[in-house]
Amino acid sequence: MTTISSMPLLQVEHLTMRFGGLVAVGDLSFDVARGQITALIGPNGAGKTTVFNCITGFYKPTEGRLTLNHDANHHYLLERLPDHDINWKARVARTFQNIRLFQGMTVLENLLVAQHNTLMRASGYSLLGLFNAKSYRDQADLALQKALHWLERIHLLDRADDAAGDLPYGDQRRLEIARAMCTDPLLLCLDEPAAGLNPKESLELNTLLTGIRDEGKTSLLLIEHDMSVVMTISDHVVVLDYGVKIADGTPDAVRNDPKVIAAYLGVDDDEVAEVEAEVGL
Amino acid sequence: MAIFIQQLINGLTLGSIYGLIAIGYTMVFGIIGMVNFAHGDVFMVSAFVALLLFMIFTTLLHWALVPALLVVLVLAMAITGLWNWTIERTAYRPLRGSFRLAPLISAIGMSILLSNLIQVIQGPRNKPVPPMFTQVIPIYEENGYVAGIGYKQIVIMVVTAVLLALFWYLVQKTPLGRAQRACEQDQKMAALLGIDVDRTISLTFVMGAALAAVAGVMYIMYYGVVNFADGFVPGVKAFTAAVLGGIGSLPGAVIGGLLIGLIETMWSAYFSIDYKDVAAFSLLAITLVFLPTGLLGRPEVEKV
Repeated sequence: MTTISSMPLLQVEHLTMRFGGLVAVGDLSFDVARGQITALIGPNGAGKTTVFNCITGFYKPTEGRLTLNHDANHHYLLERLPDHDINWKARVARTFQNIRLFQGMTVLENLLVAQHNTLMRASGYSLLGLFNAKSYRDQADLALQKALHWLERIHLLDRADDAAGDLPYGDQRRLEIARAMCTDPLLLCLDEPAAGLNPKESLELNTLLTGIRDEGKTSLLLIEHDMSVVMTISDHVVVLDYGVKIADGTPDAVRNDPKVIAAYLGVDDDEVAEVEAEVGL
Repeated sequence: MAIFIQQLINGLTLGSIYGLIAIGYTMVFGIIGMVNFAHGDVFMVSAFVALLLFMIFTTLLHWALVPALLVVLVLAMAITGLWNWTIERTAYRPLRGSFRLAPLISAIGMSILLSNLIQVIQGPRNKPVPPMFTQVIPIYEENGYVAGIGYKQIVIMVVTAVLLALFWYLVQKTPLGRAQRACEQDQKMAALLGIDVDRTISLTFVMGAALAAVAGVMYIMYYGVVNFADGFVPGVKAFTAAVLGGIGSLPGAVIGGLLIGLIETMWSAYFSIDYKDVAAFSLLAITLVFLPTGLLGRPEVEKV
């Protein structure tokens, strides 16, 4: 009998994604543990974003199983859920490498739209909302409180009514994380959250992410190229290269793994020289 | 001057009806980028639904005019909404994700199906309702010509204004409206926030049809007759209104509708009634030359 705490939140088993003849991800298995930050790293084109796209329903995996365990009795097979249930039932949220905010809506509306289902239910599919019923107003208040709480955490309280598209880049990144958090996810998938941030913003991001982890409700899975972020905040690192897992362990173990070093830096010059000598160049 | 005032009132009335239909076009285009060519026929169907309901309540059940009309309005909105929901489920949703022209062709097919269906089950003749609200309030007299505003014109403008306000609130302030705007911008992202995109699209069709039904009730009240082919011309005019106002923009649809209505009536009064449609469509052509996105449409700027 496994207890809840020992059961991983997300189990990726034998995940394979093929596009025609190209194997983007090949027989990948790894776990995302509860209450931890797991980082997925690898050189460009290693298949990291493809893994995310499989987890969040953009792609249907060619083979493999993605199980999200809420507790001992509630499991969701992500590859079989319709798109919106991945968020609403399985409670997985995600952000994007190229930010996908609702540019034309205000900052506050972006956070409210993330609470759509609870509000829709409370408002009787918007009909009670039209009549301003009390049950709806209470729920709307709660939603607003939650949105304001997150705005405060990402320091955007004073820009609540501006269009999301008008925010500077770094603010948009944090807003996207806040929007994902407003859906109360158990698993938050972040695709290169530190990309394009300056060192100060990057540091703020670290605080935000470790804060989310330490609250204990949400576990994080992140793709990141910025090694200073990965090595500082993650508890567990999975390394991909050409769609195959080449290392899996703590940041320190991974950092010193020769396969990882080879994948990132290529092989040493003298090794190249040896090979060249062998073929007679 | 009296003629001008009279035509102004007539134009605003006609424009209100066009505006109500135009919203259905503009919302559907906004959310799934498809021109719903069957929308004009949905409007025609709603006029028939209203006509039948009206006859049941007044002739069979002997209700008074005002309560009967109110009940007819609500029921026609509900029935037409359900009707359009069914159309979306059967004719458009299965084609989503197919090539872009597929739902468009399906919509044209649905338009032909609807008008022929009504022709078969209701006959090809004009169907009349008894005249109602025939009183006219005189407001301006000049050389023996009296310009006046009819009771039914007041009813049409007031009902249109009230429903548009309600609708505006629905889109701007309620969760459903927020979800619609989110789906308009990025359907995939909306789904990742737990929004059921298919359902939101269905509800958009229902809302568009409900407003078309309001236009349908107003139409039979105003003109007193409807036949199976009456969906086409108002449908095309309303589509023109939506494009003129900037397709995708709700206030644009209403302003476009009022403009088309006014141009038609003014042209009929001062130039030639035979060329009123030419005037309306020419205005569209000229506007699109100078403002390709319509009056209130936002140009799409792609970030690179």
